[in-house]
Amino acid sequence: MWQVIVFNVTNGLIIGAFYVLMALGLSLILNLSNVINFAHGNFLALGGYLAFTLSPALGYWGALLVSPLLTALIGVAVERLMIRRIYNRDPVYSLLLTFGLAFVMQDAARYIWGPNGLPMGLPAGLAQPITPSLFFITWYRVFMVTIVIAAVIGLFAFLRYTRVGLRIRAGTLDLETVASLGVNVRNLRTFNFALGCLLAGLSGVLAAGQIGLNPNMGDDLLMPSFIAIIVGGVGSLIGTLCGGLLIGMAAALTTVIYPAASEAVIYAILMAVLLIRPRGLLGEEGMLS
Amino acid sequence: MTTAIAAAAPGRPTVSLRIVMLIGIWAVLLAVPLWLPLLGGYTALAGRVLVFGLAAMGLNLLLGFTGVLSFGHAAYFGLGAYGAGLTLRYVAHSTPLAMLAGTLLGGLAGTLFGLLIVRRRGVYFAMCTIAFGQLWYYLAYSWNGFTGGFDGLRDFHRESIALGPFTLDIAAGGDTFYFFLLAIFAAAVGLMGLLLRSPFGRTLLAIRENERRALFLGIPVARHIWLSFSISCFFTALAGTLYALLNNFADPMALHYSLSGYFVVMTVIGGMRTFWGPLLGAAVFVMLQDYISSMTVNWMSFIGVIFILVVLFFPRGLLGTRRWLKV
Repeated sequence: MWQVIVFNVTNGLIIGAFYVLMALGLSLILNLSNVINFAHGNFLALGGYLAFTLSPALGYWGALLVSPLLTALIGVAVERLMIRRIYNRDPVYSLLLTFGLAFVMQDAARYIWGPNGLPMGLPAGLAQPITPSLFFITWYRVFMVTIVIAAVIGLFAFLRYTRVGLRIRAGTLDLETVASLGVNVRNLRTFNFALGCLLAGLSGVLAAGQIGLNPNMGDDLLMPSFIAIIVGGVGSLIGTLCGGLLIGMAAALTTVIYPAASEAVIYAILMAVLLIRPRGLLGEEGMLS
Repeated sequence: MTTAIAAAAPGRPTVSLRIVMLIGIWAVLLAVPLWLPLLGGYTALAGRVLVFGLAAMGLNLLLGFTGVLSFGHAAYFGLGAYGAGLTLRYVAHSTPLAMLAGTLLGGLAGTLFGLLIVRRRGVYFAMCTIAFGQLWYYLAYSWNGFTGGFDGLRDFHRESIALGPFTLDIAAGGDTFYFFLLAIFAAAVGLMGLLLRSPFGRTLLAIRENERRALFLGIPVARHIWLSFSISCFFTALAGTLYALLNNFADPMALHYSLSGYFVVMTVIGGMRTFWGPLLGAAVFVMLQDYISSMTVNWMSFIGVIFILVVLFFPRGLLGTRRWLKV
């Protein structure tokens, strides 16, 4: 029994870690640019596939480093060509645009890499379990969680201690003032979008090692990430972090007791938050309203 | 009052032109069984246009005429479809009862959920509608025994309706069923038109144009947005019941958020701020989708590109552009 619980707790931690990386990227873009990026799950898949293609040439570690950066670069192109045109328009257009983009990207992935699942090769040592008694905890799982924690700390440190990070945080609160102080808001938004895509690409490489690759691998993560943002509170990145961990753990622990309800419990949390604390756990009243 | 409306909508067609347009629209819809086969279409396709058109027009009550963005209307459409299908399968072989049950199920779910999110605005509101909409998708997907799960709900069939001495034989499909759909569509659209002309509908426009001003005028804005959301869900749920009757089938994709996206793009293609726009948009979208998916397996790319092109180059939609050019 204790093995079942440990198994599901580690699962929850890992699922929660993916929710957190996805949701943080989405949240960054949403906070600064008021855009819900429906294609975020497709940027995740893109990161995974790029790693798959690059790893024969660069090795796993090289691919882990390069493919999130490439994903971010593609994010820059997408933002410059399309997304920046709709910043000052009704939100319906940004939703439709990224929704269409998600369709195109998913179909493109299917066209280039094929509709069937592909396995992602891992360095030999990572696939081993840590101890025989906890056979399900491989080194890869430990490695994944470590990378996610490092990425999250890195992101928060970046936003806290660098000039660009400061501008992103200020722009979240009042973009007009930031613009009038002479900051190039166009470039700031592009950079911010790329940063979100970088996180998506990174989670894509990590997810590929765990569940393999397929064209719609990001879709299952998209809805929980939305919910993580709402539960944590729109406008608060720490809130998004807590929201992601909370629903990941809740879903995993429900799996122990009653597997069929693991999706439902996420929605139950969403409803409870909307009912009791509509601004989210750490959100501020009036954000994005 | 009249001058105020005229000023708010420049380029609004004159009354006589509008009557001619109305007669034209209904004539085209009534004559579908005559002209559609000539163009290589089939009547079920026209039925689909009516069903999606009604759903998109219901959404537009909220999106175009109240200025509130829901990206989760497929939930209420799908609940309507499942409500009708489940009633026909488990409760009674009665088409009117199935329609009533489906409409109530979808509409009431929307009404209750609206209470939770009515104070959210803009993107946040949209995000809540998307997230909540997916709840029903997962429910239908995982409750295998009751809903048929991934394969959808089968084993039900629309039943003929007995009207005193007559029997309306819609079970067979074909033209009779198309006219049945058209009659329901006409009743719903007529009701929607009356609603938009009423003081309530004018208040919704006022909220769309300037929410703060409406608030200062003493209009209970939140309650009006909630009512608009609720009414719009009822119309979309009604369309959903017709969808179940049309296909004798309800599947989880009728609840999926991509269908919500289709409804929004139909509305935008036709023209968000026009009454008939969503129907025209639905016609264009359904025809294109039917054509493209018969031509290529990469239909998703084409649909996605349509979304992107509409947003970037054609945001006002077909009817919106006409009004914008003041034709």
